[in-house]
Amino acid sequence: MNSINAVTKHKTNMMNAITQKLGPLLGLIILVVIVSILNPSFLEPLNILNLLRQVAINALIAFGMTFVILTGGIDLSVGAILALSSALTAGMMVSGIDPLLAILIGCILGGLMGTVNGLFITKGKMAPFIATLATMTIFRGLTLVYTGGNPITGLGDNYLFQLFGRGYFLGIPVPAVTMILTFVVLFIILHKTPFGRKTYAIGGNEKAALISGIKVPKVKVMIYSLSGMLAALAGAILTSRLNSAQPTAGTSYELDAIAAVVLGGTSLSGGKGRIFGTLIGALIIGTLNNGLNLLGVSSFYQMVVKGIVILIAVLLDRKK
Amino acid sequence: MRIKMENIHKAFGTNQVLTGVDFELVDGEVHALMGENGAGKSTMMNVLTGLHARDMGTITIDGKETYYKNPKEAEQSGITFIHQELNIWPDMTVLENLFIGKELKNSFGLLKITEMKALAKKQFDRLAVSIPLDKEAGSCSVGEQQMIEIAKALMTEAKVIIMDEPTAALTEREISKLFDVISSLKKGGVSIVYISHRMEEIFSICDRITVMRDGKTVDTKSIPETNFDEVVRKMVGRELTDRFPKRKPNLGETVLQVKGLTKKGQFEDVSFSVRAGEIVGVSGLMGAGRTEIMRAIFGLDSFDTGEIWLKGEKVTIKTPEQAVKAGIGFITEDRKDEGLILDFSIRDNMVLPTLYSFAPKGIINEKSETDFVNMLIKRLTVKTESPDIAVGKLSGGNQQKVVIAKWVGIGPKLLILDEPTRGVDVGAKREIYDLMNELTDRGVAIIMVSSELPEVLGMSDRILVVHEGKINGELLKENATQEKIMTMATGGQ
Repeated sequence: MNSINAVTKHKTNMMNAITQKLGPLLGLIILVVIVSILNPSFLEPLNILNLLRQVAINALIAFGMTFVILTGGIDLSVGAILALSSALTAGMMVSGIDPLLAILIGCILGGLMGTVNGLFITKGKMAPFIATLATMTIFRGLTLVYTGGNPITGLGDNYLFQLFGRGYFLGIPVPAVTMILTFVVLFIILHKTPFGRKTYAIGGNEKAALISGIKVPKVKVMIYSLSGMLAALAGAILTSRLNSAQPTAGTSYELDAIAAVVLGGTSLSGGKGRIFGTLIGALIIGTLNNGLNLLGVSSFYQMVVKGIVILIAVLLDRKK
Repeated sequence: MRIKMENIHKAFGTNQVLTGVDFELVDGEVHALMGENGAGKSTMMNVLTGLHARDMGTITIDGKETYYKNPKEAEQSGITFIHQELNIWPDMTVLENLFIGKELKNSFGLLKITEMKALAKKQFDRLAVSIPLDKEAGSCSVGEQQMIEIAKALMTEAKVIIMDEPTAALTEREISKLFDVISSLKKGGVSIVYISHRMEEIFSICDRITVMRDGKTVDTKSIPETNFDEVVRKMVGRELTDRFPKRKPNLGETVLQVKGLTKKGQFEDVSFSVRAGEIVGVSGLMGAGRTEIMRAIFGLDSFDTGEIWLKGEKVTIKTPEQAVKAGIGFITEDRKDEGLILDFSIRDNMVLPTLYSFAPKGIINEKSETDFVNMLIKRLTVKTESPDIAVGKLSGGNQQKVVIAKWVGIGPKLLILDEPTRGVDVGAKREIYDLMNELTDRGVAIIMVSSELPEVLGMSDRILVVHEGKINGELLKENATQEKIMTMATGGQ
């Protein structure tokens, strides 16, 4: 009797685990089916590749946000970091620095901006929401100061730089390749290394993590730096795509990134979630944008639909 | 109020928690309810007070079949359940806490502060406690918070008060105060259901005892007719030879030496040492600074002056990470808040301090991790179907074993155990004591902070007594008694 109970219990546990893991994926599949029924051209390879390219920027930011949210934090400054690092990168290119070197330096600068966030949060013992809200304003302001409020253009015609946002590698858009490579690396870090375990542990119970000998402040600073660096990488893709740096680039990107993380099933209270879910979450948002465009829905209604999808997803998640 | 529960059954899903419980309570009696964790004590009381509906069985109150729909209804008819986790709003004042949801209002809907204060004062006088009514409840000691809860119960004219582990977090002084209150309540005709793991207490204040095991009541006896051994035997369903295992300490070199550790306002000039294979008990009243000293040694809190030496070398420990590297493990008193990540699996909790040892090349080797976890589960006899179960689902005793396993895993030189058996049932307690012996046999040095005097006396080779942040005395096992410890703990010599 008991063993039968144990088996059924085990089975329901397994079922729960499966739906929890595959819930977002299931949502994506349903969405894709609906969109492609309404407009079969959605499934055309060209459109799918286009979608992947569109998704890359949000996905990269959302990957970093996943780490941040897993620790129980939030990073509102990513959109502003994207803009500032993009402006600085463009500035360097205009002044004649090798574009790829400029991108690399831009990513490091983005990482440093994240480090600033991390230090305020750990050493300054500030709530992540407040600290990154403040730095968001500062970074955005600095972008406007640096650019004088005007786009930076004249970035030259370096082939590799153009490839970065617009090119193809083996038929796949380079931004999508960047996204997938980054995903694989981050997936391994999160699920296969001590650093990933620590990320979860901090979000699960920060005090217990500290007492277990985890350098909580150091891990947190590294995570906010990672988030900043990924935002800068996304910024480089955007800069290449637009062939210019826009002072208002990345506005409200932080919200799309948070939405992708939440749609992917990661808990905002920390400790629970997966980066694979975030990838799916970003694809859901991308599919919505792309599909609604194909269907000719006005961008005003698109926002409404996106909001409703997020609400439904979170409600379904609660039910479990 | 006479309560009679007969043949109560209750299941949650497929999990049968109560399988035929009988319980009787008469006016003015203090009735102990004992049993290992998971025996069904709290569930039975929750069925009585209407939090859970019974599946089968009858409850008669004052001769009439009565089933409360919810705890509020039970409270209104005079049965109050004071849970182990106290229902205190920490940011509100004592007065606000006392009247929460039952505020007295005048016809304009404004609070009648003066009247409420007078009423509150009356209850506090009856309990002979003096807590300032405008103090924030969160800054009251646990003992005071408990008194607030009792006063709250009395204000609703409670005739039956159910107390779940009321003394778990109280100091000796607060406990004796609570006992005074209980006996005066008893004289006033109030009956008490007293759920506790502490045998001494039960035998000193209870009239009758009901023992539960595996969802059944095993027996009810009046206290003079029974004894410790019988109760323990009934509780665990097997013979427990002794509550404390025999110790044959084999002392080695000095592992830890603390010299003149001082932190202003917390502890002063604390010096002591612990040798390999030794258990040093640290006793004292709550708030005497015992935990603070341990936190400072472990690098969780800073200290002003003093030195820490490990195996003859002076060390600087500023963070827990450095302490862990130096081979120190710390089992904190608050296992849920500081010891475990409750949502995480046994595995993920156990490997936290040792993560790097499974990732020599950066990637965690899950096979060696699993072997390690399984070894620890076996060695500490953690009862679980799988290492992937969330620790929050385990009983208190098993949770504590997971915390200890975590630290056994680092191969510690020194283990600091702060209240190692709090909220742990008798069977698991004995297993934890056995494990402490096994560890000291292997040369681990142990510091055990404990508020349970029998435990301190039963397990320590040497006892340090802390009073107001200073070590007021040191006793060897041979000549330590409860009286001597209490005298030193209250400032005497």
